[in-house]
Amino acid sequence: MSSFNAPDANLAPPPRFRRPSPFAWVVGLVFLALLVQGVMVMEITPTRLAKGAVNLVDFIGRAFPPNPADLDVIAESMLETLYIALVGVTAGVILSVPFAFLAARNTTPHIAVRVVTRFVIAAMRTIPDLVWALIFVVAVGLGPLAGVLAIVMDTIGFAARFFSERIEEVHPGPSEALESTGAGRFSVIGGAIMPETLASMTATSLFSVEKALRSAVTLGLVGAGGIGVELAAAMRLFNYDEALTIIIAILICVLGFEQLSSAIRRHVI
Amino acid sequence: MEAIRVCDLHKSYGDVHVLRGIELEIPRAECVILLGANGCGKSTLIRCLNGLAQPDRGVVDIDGVDIAGIRGRHLRSVRRRIGVVFQHFNLVPNVSVFQNVLYGALGGQPGGLLRTLPAIAPAELRDRAMACLDRVGLADRAGQDCRQLSGGQQQRVAIARTLLQDPDVLLADEPVASLDPRAGRAVMELLLDIVRERGMTVLCSLHQLELASEYGDRVVGMKAGRIELDAPRANVSRDVMGGLYQGVVRVDDAPVAEGPLPVTRSA
Ligand SMILES: Nc1ncnc2c1ncn2[C@@H]1O[C@H](COP(=O)(O)OP(=O)(O)O)[C@@H](O)[C@H]1O
Ligand SMILES: [Mg+2]
Repeated sequence: MSSFNAPDANLAPPPRFRRPSPFAWVVGLVFLALLVQGVMVMEITPTRLAKGAVNLVDFIGRAFPPNPADLDVIAESMLETLYIALVGVTAGVILSVPFAFLAARNTTPHIAVRVVTRFVIAAMRTIPDLVWALIFVVAVGLGPLAGVLAIVMDTIGFAARFFSERIEEVHPGPSEALESTGAGRFSVIGGAIMPETLASMTATSLFSVEKALRSAVTLGLVGAGGIGVELAAAMRLFNYDEALTIIIAILICVLGFEQLSSAIRRHVI
Repeated sequence: MEAIRVCDLHKSYGDVHVLRGIELEIPRAECVILLGANGCGKSTLIRCLNGLAQPDRGVVDIDGVDIAGIRGRHLRSVRRRIGVVFQHFNLVPNVSVFQNVLYGALGGQPGGLLRTLPAIAPAELRDRAMACLDRVGLADRAGQDCRQLSGGQQQRVAIARTLLQDPDVLLADEPVASLDPRAGRAVMELLLDIVRERGMTVLCSLHQLELASEYGDRVVGMKAGRIELDAPRANVSRDVMGGLYQGVVRVDDAPVAEGPLPVTRSA
């Protein structure tokens, strides 16, 4: 009892603050130096920010009210955007499945295949969709095909990675049971691994569709088809009221689709 | 000729020398109970008998085929004749009980997976699968998901899967260890009835002494990666079996000592 009243020197609590390690010091100082340097190089000054705000108000003033005159053209390109997303994501998800099985530790035919596949998937993921679009515009010309191909790449980078991570999590038991009957590699994959991973793969695929729709909107900015082409044109011609209509259309479509997709996902899982 | 012949079998995982020179012969249609404490290497031995684990050294002869080192098509054709029943049933989730039984035919004829999908499986195969399910008393559960079944029922489904496979050799790795005693006894009896009907050669591991003293023709006892006991069940007293649980029993506790230990054998 007395020990609660009389503090013991050995029971002193640890210091309130710990001295940061030299590593933390170095990282912190480098970060700070780059930050200051960046702000100075980009000439971010209060006057420029204030001027920007004024311009923004001017833009909004000229954009209101939105101009619905070209609604039919807008609807048509919005539909094209949907098609780009849908075709691209479907092809991408289908191609992701073999990529994922080649990349997963427990299903790859060889460790070297796994390393190469994982590198390819990582490259597809880390190269941004707009860069893919620029590349494919060079390869197949302006238009929706370039957009579709860009989305295929982006989808594989995303979906194949999550598919393969899910495949690596499957319980080995059912696969071993099927192997023990003398089943071949494809039978084990289709019979034991697919049933266990299908729900999660479906959810990932729906995420991919949402992601693809958002990229399909912007891909037009570099000429790869869809609504982005119209938006870029309207902005360049200072038709801000038409641009606003397009932005509202994008908002409605993407939000609507996200609602639909999350409803389906809740149903699947 | 022996259905199973194991000679000087060694297997290590990293530093752990799990199997330390296993010698075992099982004649056709004999039912052998493999007894031993947890961690003595029973599962590893069973996995080496159908190629789920590759032995480091030694002979594993199943019906005249040395399966140590064979792969691919050859291994699959041997596995088709070896049924395995697992401690945790290893049923496939999210597919029906009926589909799980049909998987027993995966290793059979060409056609593989497609032949075993309920929608397109040949009528004859579907009928046989139903008969197997009926044999284990679960014909009325064909359409359910296996996770709706109790543990004992899941193990019966796994037995039905093995029945459809119709192997000559049955390996069972603690088939009742995750069941309560009553369900365990019922499953054990069903399993042994079935292997007797079909005249299968059986190696069934158990870690509970009580069960081992009741089933099988012969008891093989393991301790720390070696076979320490091998005798007809009638000749083995409970005390002798109990010796398998005393001293160092786990392979990861035992120092790696070379040289054979005396094996208690009696005719
Ligand atoms: N896949 C594995 N990887 C590493 N070690 C293993 C593996 N399987 C078994 N072991 C080792 O072998 C020992 C015996 O395992 P096991 O054969 O499962 O014994 P039992 O089935 O008799 O309980 C374990 O304690 C573990 O150290
Ligand atoms: Mg075991």
